[in-house]
Amino acid sequence: MIVRVMGEGQVALAESHLAELNKLDEELLTEMETGDGPGFRRTLTALLSRVHELGEPLPDEALEPSDLILPAPDATIEEVRELLSEDGLIPGP
Amino acid sequence: MSGVMKRMGMIFRAKANKALDRAEDPRETLDYSYQKQLELLQKVRRGVADVATSRKRLELQLNQLQSQSGKLEDQGRKALALGREDLAREALSRRAALQQQVTDLETQHATLQGEEEKLTLAAQRLQAKVDAFRTKKETIKATYTAAQAQTRIGEAFSGISEEMGDVGLAIQRAEDKTAQLQARAGAIDELLASGALDDQSGMHKDDIQAELDRLSGGTDVELELQRMKAELAGGPSAGQQAIEGGDEQSRAQQPQDTPRFDKQ
Repeated sequence: MIVRVMGEGQVALAESHLAELNKLDEELLTEMETGDGPGFRRTLTALLSRVHELGEPLPDEALEPSDLILPAPDATIEEVRELLSEDGLIPGP
Repeated sequence: MSGVMKRMGMIFRAKANKALDRAEDPRETLDYSYQKQLELLQKVRRGVADVATSRKRLELQLNQLQSQSGKLEDQGRKALALGREDLAREALSRRAALQQQVTDLETQHATLQGEEEKLTLAAQRLQAKVDAFRTKKETIKATYTAAQAQTRIGEAFSGISEEMGDVGLAIQRAEDKTAQLQARAGAIDELLASGALDDQSGMHKDDIQAELDRLSGGTDVELELQRMKAELAGGPSAGQQAIEGGDEQSRAQQPQDTPRFDKQ
């Protein structure tokens, strides 16, 4: 499973870690929706560091479709909200 | 509800995959259709083979009937030669019955032959169509695969292009860092010049050299003082003479110096 961290590149990740990462990811979404800025920053940092710990970085010249995409480490809650609301392409919850 | 990771992934995929429906792979449909055509072709070929077998059987039957008919004709001729007209009549009437069968079989044979020709032609046409379809199918599949690969590459790049905004930031960071390094280098130069930092590169003077420089600098100062004193003592013209005289003196001293070296 390929995870792209925006601004950093891609990381190959075993599917077995997905459950753990998903928990952090759900938390992140909730914090984004409730507008919990400090919580969002904390969870995003935790999620990204977990991805770095568990994943194997892909070389820059590798061209793999990403299965999952994560915002850049310094992305703000507003930036991520904007990314997710873009063009109305997101299917409903 | 899906998390941020999945939703962001979905947006990128939706952007990249607008042209492709992932639910159905047209390549599979094409392969299935080709399989069906091959089966149909197989059926037609089997039909041609069946008709050809029937035709051959009819030909064998016809040969048998004709040889039988020939035999009956011979028998009739012999019976007549022997004066047995009744026997000859019997043989000829049997031969007539056989001849009727032969005619019927010949009609059937012609019909079968016509059918076989038609089927052979149909099989050939179908074969050509299936071949053409196979070529087209492979072309479509290759095009589809290429399009899919292109979309995937597009997807990978769309992820990258979304990060282009970050590139500006990265450049800014790199520039900041360069400026910071330059500022630091400038500060180090100043500190080295003031003597607060020891230079490890050996480019700057060590303490012995610094002392020597100080001493030689001192000598220069002493020399300058003497020259100024001489100037003040003799006045401006005397100073001029003193310089000229000095020149004369050094020229005059030269021959004196040489014997002194010889003595040593």
